[in-house]
Amino acid sequence: MTTSRIAGAPFARRAFMLGGAALAGLAAGGGRPRAAVATRARIVILGAGAAGLAMASRLAARLDGAEITLLDRRREHLYQPGFTLVAAGLRTPDYVISTTAEYVARGVTLVEERGAEIDPVAKVVTTDAGRRLPYDFLVLATGLTLDYAAIEGMDVARIGQDGLGSVYAGPAQAEATWRAMSAFADRGGTAIFGRPETEMKCAGAPLKYAFLTDDTLRRRGNRTRAELIYNAQTTSLFSVPIVAEKVRMLFGERGIKVNHSHVLKAIDPARRIATFETAQGRKEFGYDFINVIPPMRAPEVVRNSPLRWQSGPWAGDGWAEVERHTLRHVRFPEVFAVGDIAGVPKGKTAASVKWQVPVAADHLVATIEGKQSDSRYDGYTSCPLITRVGRAMLVEFDYENNLTPSFPGVIAPLEELWISWIMKEVGLKPTYLAMLRGRA
Amino acid sequence: MKELDVSVFLAVFEEMLGNWLWIGLGAAALALVALVYVLFRDGGLRPRRLVWSEVVALAGGVAAVLVMQQVTHSGFRDIGGPIDWVLGIAIFAAGAAVTLVAAYAVLGLARRLA
Repeated sequence: MTTSRIAGAPFARRAFMLGGAALAGLAAGGGRPRAAVATRARIVILGAGAAGLAMASRLAARLDGAEITLLDRRREHLYQPGFTLVAAGLRTPDYVISTTAEYVARGVTLVEERGAEIDPVAKVVTTDAGRRLPYDFLVLATGLTLDYAAIEGMDVARIGQDGLGSVYAGPAQAEATWRAMSAFADRGGTAIFGRPETEMKCAGAPLKYAFLTDDTLRRRGNRTRAELIYNAQTTSLFSVPIVAEKVRMLFGERGIKVNHSHVLKAIDPARRIATFETAQGRKEFGYDFINVIPPMRAPEVVRNSPLRWQSGPWAGDGWAEVERHTLRHVRFPEVFAVGDIAGVPKGKTAASVKWQVPVAADHLVATIEGKQSDSRYDGYTSCPLITRVGRAMLVEFDYENNLTPSFPGVIAPLEELWISWIMKEVGLKPTYLAMLRGRA
Repeated sequence: MKELDVSVFLAVFEEMLGNWLWIGLGAAALALVALVYVLFRDGGLRPRRLVWSEVVALAGGVAAVLVMQQVTHSGFRDIGGPIDWVLGIAIFAAGAAVTLVAAYAVLGLARRLA
């Protein structure tokens, strides 16, 4: 009702992508404050990561008198888009660590407990401490679970040792991965990359790390002493065909060998052997460095609830069954899902959160008002696909695999550019933090 | 999205620079005020002072580019397309313009190079 996905989106995207740089003059006059909607609605937001915090901030700004409860046991807030920079040796772990409490909007109650059970019929969430939270609206923003246990022999405690890396595991592990990758870049040998066959957050990250390892080797003059192998989980390197083709070309230029339909199933860290499931059966790869990316699934609280997909490709891992353009649950209309937990195609990224949250919030507020919203999320997401330190491709796309460049004719989406790197390095984090506070 | 306005950019720059945003804006405002004062006091531009300020401004432009490269772990080898040249020139121009204003104001307040 109050926003239109089509009308202003490219401009707003530009602001988000630019991180505010240089366009302040052009942006003047676009905003219009809205009167807050008076309500006594009880809103529970499950999860205080990027999606939960951004949703809480936005709802707090748009509602007057609502009882908004944010539920998350973790006190740390992790700026996950920065993990790659930590694992590239460009930032220390404290770059990505802050606290949840500093982003909680006024009027929102943060309960430091974990959601343990959802009863969408009774409209009650029960926490791990036994607290019952009845709701009028529920927002699922739980993020996802890294299922390291699904890889036989994987030991998260060994990340950083014996060439074992895993950027996703956390800030300390991202730094440990850098140490392992850096040691590999000094010696050379065989490095293995890949990604899981499940849905995953930031599907560009595995590719970025292959590029960054290649770059580190070249900078140290050791590229000829190393073999880099990327084991793709399907027949494609990326879900968007035109991007996949570009990455294939770049991998070819950089001498990164590609195998298709290889999925990591087991690892022997002591012997440095990784076992992949392939079309021809299981195949072992010896390695000197490996970046392990685990399967990713919905957290149990959603996976074990009636809110999960009941059939289809997202049923198995328990993603929330929401309508892809509104993020509203298909069977429980007072439930929304934003961020990684949403069972929609494509991006599980901060950019997805940025574009999902206003749409879901608009539909929720419209329901409170007894109105309809025409806000629509078309799957927009973006990936600053780093191809070396100093360059990236600003890849933006939607549900339909269309490229949706924010700066058509100016910043080419499939060109390795310095400006795209700068956006990633200096523009993204402040824009992300402003998003958490509901200010961007 | 109707949230695109100055407040978005302000929010982002606040997150990026913290208090340095206000210190920088304050310094820029002071430099501008000082420049206007000097121009009024002298009844116009002083050519010698302007030329020397432009020399200093060149250094300021170069410094802006080098600082940006330092902060972003990048260098001239990373320029990949026309927009990168445009960005580099814009950073140079911004650094030079700020330095020019500041240098002229400082030299004028010190009554040097009249």
